[in-house]
Amino acid sequence: MTHIKTINGATLKKSAAHGGCGECQTSCQSACKTSCTVANQKCENK
Amino acid sequence: MVHTFTSLGVRVAVDVNSGAVHVLDQLTYDLLTALAEREENGESLAGELPADLARALPQHDGAALAEAWEELRGLKEAGLLFEQDDYIDREKAASMQQQALVKALCLHVSHDCNLRCKYCFASTGDFGTGKRMTMDIETAKKAIDFVVAKSGKRRNIEVDFFGGEPLMAMDTVKATVEYARSLEKEHDKCFRFTITTNGVLLSDENIEYINREMSNAVLSLDGRREVNDDLRPTVSGKGSYDVIVPKFKKLIAGRGTKDYYLRGTFTRFHKDFAEDVKTLAAIGRHVSVEPVVGKESDPYALQEADLPELKAEYERLAEYLKDHPETNFFHFNVDLEQGPCVIKRLRGCGAGCEYVAITPDGDIYPCHQFVGNEAYKLGSVYDGTFDTSLSSRFAALNIYTREECAHCWARFYCSGGCSASNLLVNGDIEHPHKVGCELERKRLECAIALKALAAGAGE
Repeated sequence: MTHIKTINGATLKKSAAHGGCGECQTSCQSACKTSCTVANQKCENK
Repeated sequence: MVHTFTSLGVRVAVDVNSGAVHVLDQLTYDLLTALAEREENGESLAGELPADLARALPQHDGAALAEAWEELRGLKEAGLLFEQDDYIDREKAASMQQQALVKALCLHVSHDCNLRCKYCFASTGDFGTGKRMTMDIETAKKAIDFVVAKSGKRRNIEVDFFGGEPLMAMDTVKATVEYARSLEKEHDKCFRFTITTNGVLLSDENIEYINREMSNAVLSLDGRREVNDDLRPTVSGKGSYDVIVPKFKKLIAGRGTKDYYLRGTFTRFHKDFAEDVKTLAAIGRHVSVEPVVGKESDPYALQEADLPELKAEYERLAEYLKDHPETNFFHFNVDLEQGPCVIKRLRGCGAGCEYVAITPDGDIYPCHQFVGNEAYKLGSVYDGTFDTSLSSRFAALNIYTREECAHCWARFYCSGGCSASNLLVNGDIEHPHKVGCELERKRLECAIALKALAAGAGE
């Protein structure tokens, strides 16, 4: 492709297949304690 | 849904439902932006470039537009553009969330503090109760028993020692860790302890203990000396910066590979927070500087009128961090490839269901920000009460039930925001508040642009 560079694929969709184990960290415990960002959390299953 | 934006000179398209991220040239950016404004699902990509769309972009060559159109069509066919979210089984996800087990505690070992921060949501430690106290060991043990019993088969349990200032109850902290560890084998649990401290009471002994036992240490400091000392004075009204910083440096030096964050708050009084990030980054590389939580009437609270200035400041910060990759800024740290699964992303922090706060009296609240609000008291570790109906209200919240989120491109990154902030600003837990959402979206744009540059997008 000459006009587009894809830097990330359909990772979200792929994660639906194995997701939901619930072992990951609660986002508010990581650093924030006030404002949420979930996308920077780690997956415990990878 | 596709969201296009520019940040750090990079033109980006986020395909919301698939998670794909693309970097575009100017022509394709203009074309896709125009298409995404007209169509939620990019239906036109099934055919040739619509003539009216081409006419709307007279600055670009027609043949080049047609070429870009074909590339966009290829992405759509590959499931990387205008993807639907019908792959998410919402009923199953909602059911999983309703069955959520408590797996994380914010343990308020102290409702007392040795600082008098001007924006403190905990009313400088006592949470508005007028009663300054620390948690006794018996209550702490009951809290641990509570989470062991409520966590079912979940193995990883988090306990954050919080306050007030938790170092004012160090005996309770140590007894809690010892007690929880004693239960791990029998109950097949793995406790992870963290502590959120202002650092005033960090002795060498405390530093050694924290660096041994705590998987994460959140170190509260607001950045520049004058900013910190303005907002975080001691009980006697003196500045705290010079007391705290040498202790934080010592703790960080002994931290090894364990996590820590130098964590500041920015307010309406000091909106040039990128300078505070730089100051903190000189002390330690892991930094989080976050917007204050407050009602509109609070003088320190961020207002809608501040948004242009605050967004520009995030962009300025991103420019700085682009050239300082050694600094890990928490809110720009978006993991595009290895982040949490889409199920996790449906419902952010888990407050009130997976995550609860427990006070020195043993009362249970949805999270630390709700403590003292009797309408949201969930129960007590002393009488074994736990309001499953109230807990279910929190568990039922997700990006599809929060009306605003269903139309927001950032929904899988922020996951619905903070219920406590919503209550404070909007008067209910359901509806996200505008200032918080706008800042979150800007942070995410900066974060994704930094990722794109790191992936070579600027070359």
